[in-house]
Amino acid sequence: MTLSKATATKLDELAARYPTRMALTLPGLYLVQDEAGWISPQAMIDLAEHLDLSPAYVRGVATFYTMFRKDQVGRYLIQVCTNLSCQLMGSDTVLACLERKLGVKPGETTADGKFTVVEVECLASCGTAPMMQINDTYYEDLTEAKVEQILASLG
Amino acid sequence: MDKEPILTKRMHLPGSHTLAVYESVGGYQSLRKALAMEPAAVIDEVKKSGLRGRGGAGFPTGLKWSFVPKESTKPKYLCCNADEGEPGTFKDRVILEKDPHSLIEGMLIASWAVGIRHGYIYVRGEFLDQIKILQGAIDEAYAKGYLGKGILGTAFDCDLTVHRGAGAYVCGEETALINSIEGKRGQPRLKPPFPAVVGLFGGPTVVNNVETLAAVPWILERGAAAYVAYGTEKSTGSKLFSVSGPVKNPGVYEIELGYPLMDFLNNECGGLRDGTILKAIIVGGSSVPILTAAECEGARLDYESLQQKGTMLGSGGMIVFPEGANMVRLLTRLAKFYAHESCGQCTPCREGSGFILRMLEQIYQGHGKLDDLDNILRVANNMTGNTICPLADAMQMPVVSWITKFRKEFEQYIISGQRGTGARHG
Repeated sequence: MTLSKATATKLDELAARYPTRMALTLPGLYLVQDEAGWISPQAMIDLAEHLDLSPAYVRGVATFYTMFRKDQVGRYLIQVCTNLSCQLMGSDTVLACLERKLGVKPGETTADGKFTVVEVECLASCGTAPMMQINDTYYEDLTEAKVEQILASLG
Repeated sequence: MDKEPILTKRMHLPGSHTLAVYESVGGYQSLRKALAMEPAAVIDEVKKSGLRGRGGAGFPTGLKWSFVPKESTKPKYLCCNADEGEPGTFKDRVILEKDPHSLIEGMLIASWAVGIRHGYIYVRGEFLDQIKILQGAIDEAYAKGYLGKGILGTAFDCDLTVHRGAGAYVCGEETALINSIEGKRGQPRLKPPFPAVVGLFGGPTVVNNVETLAAVPWILERGAAAYVAYGTEKSTGSKLFSVSGPVKNPGVYEIELGYPLMDFLNNECGGLRDGTILKAIIVGGSSVPILTAAECEGARLDYESLQQKGTMLGSGGMIVFPEGANMVRLLTRLAKFYAHESCGQCTPCREGSGFILRMLEQIYQGHGKLDDLDNILRVANNMTGNTICPLADAMQMPVVSWITKFRKEFEQYIISGQRGTGARHG
C-alpha cells in the first residue's frame, strides 16, 4: 500500500516549506486523517515510507497528539469541553443532554456509528461557555434547547 | 481603556481581517518604516518600548531578539506561538480572527530586525476557522508583495508558513513547539542551549506569542515613547484579557496595564451576573495562583502588582468564580487537565500529576482523609523546579493556592463524607 496520490502530491508541495522531511509528519498525519477519518496502522506505515522515517517513529508521534485519531469514531465526533470555565457555566447540562438524547456516555459511540461523544480540554471558547465542537465546527453559548436543536439538525 | 486602543483599534471595522481594510487604516506602513531602519535600531525601539512577552512568561521582547547572534551559519527562524491552550485564555484567537495582518506585519518587522527569512505560525489544531482566516491573510500579503522575495522593493525576503498543532497543551512551551514543527513528539527540550542559539532545525530561533508580535507594528509606527505612555513604569503598554465565568459581559478586552482588577470586573465586564457573589478570580490562566475575593480588592493588573499579590499576570485568561462553586470538584477537573497534558518525560511531573489527580478524585468521591491534603501539597511542592519545563509549576501553583486558600472548604468536604456525583473525567 502507498499513500493516496492526492496526499502524496500535497506533501510534495508542502516539502518546499520545510528543510527536513520529518517536519512533514504532522501535516502528513492530518492529510491521512482528513481523507480516511482516522489514521490506521497501515496508513502510518505508508506515511513513514513516504517520509523516509520508520513506522515506529510515525506511530510515536501520532500517539503523542490527541487530535490524531488512532481509532475509528462516529460520523459526528462531539467533543464537549468540561474544563473550568465550561464547568462553571454548565457543561454538566450539555453532557447530560447528549447522554440522554444519544444514549451513550463520554468515550462511547452510538450503535449506528453516527455519534461519538468525548470530553475535551479547553478549546479557547471560555467567554462563550459552555461549548462543544462537532467535527470541525464550534458550537458556543450552549443551552439544553440549543444542544437538542443542533442534534436534530444533524439528522 | 481611556486611551486609544493599540491591539483592538481595528477589530470593530467590517472586514477587519482583510488586507484592504488593514491598508486603509495605515496597515503595513510600519513595515515600510522598519525596512528603512537598521535592524539594530528596530530592536532598540522594541527594547525601549518595554514590551514583554504576552504569552505568559512576560520576558522582555527586545532583549529576546537581541540574544540571537547576528552571524549564523544556519538559517534563523521566527516561531509565532498561536497554540493558545491555557484554560481560560481566548485572546490570541480574536487577533487571528479579526486582525491577522497585524500579526503578519509584526512577524515581518521581527524577522527584519533579527535577520530571519522564514517564520512559522504554530496554531492550535482546533482553530480551523482561524487558520483559514490567517492563511487567507497570508495569501493576500504574498499577492501584494508584503511576503516573498524582494519585499516592498527591498532586498528583504521573508516567508511565513502556518503549522497546525494537534491538541497538546505542552506545545505552548517554546521548545516543545519547536519539536512539534520539526515533526517530533511535543516534548520540551532541556535549556541551555536556548532557542536563540539552537532552536528550530538547529538554527537560532525567536519564539513570540501572537499578542506580542501584533503589538510591534504600533510600536514602530508611534515610537517606543508613545507605548511607554501606556501602563506603569515597569509594565508598559496594553494587554488583552479574556474574561469568562458568570460575569455580565464575558469576552476579550484591551486594558492599560496597571488598571485596577475590581474596576475592570465592575466596569468593562459589567460585574457579576445578578444574584451571584464573587468567590475568587484566576487572573492569568488556570496555571496562576488563585485570588480570593478579599485579595482581589486593591489588586492591579500589571506584572509587578500581581506578583506582590502572590500571583501572575500570565496569559490574561481571567476566570471568575461565584460563591457556591465547588472547589473540590473544579480542582479535581483541573488536575485531570495537567495529568493528561504532562508530556511524560520528567518523573516529578508525570508521576506527581497522576498522584495528585488520584488523591483529589478520592476526596471528591468521598473517600478522602484529612492527611491527604498535606500529602497533595507535599507532592506538588516536590514537582516544582525539578523538571525540564514549567508544566509542573503550572500544576503546582493552582493545586497549592486552591488548597491553601480554600482549605476549610476541602476539609469540610472530607469531614462531611460528601460524595461527588457527575464527576466525569473521560
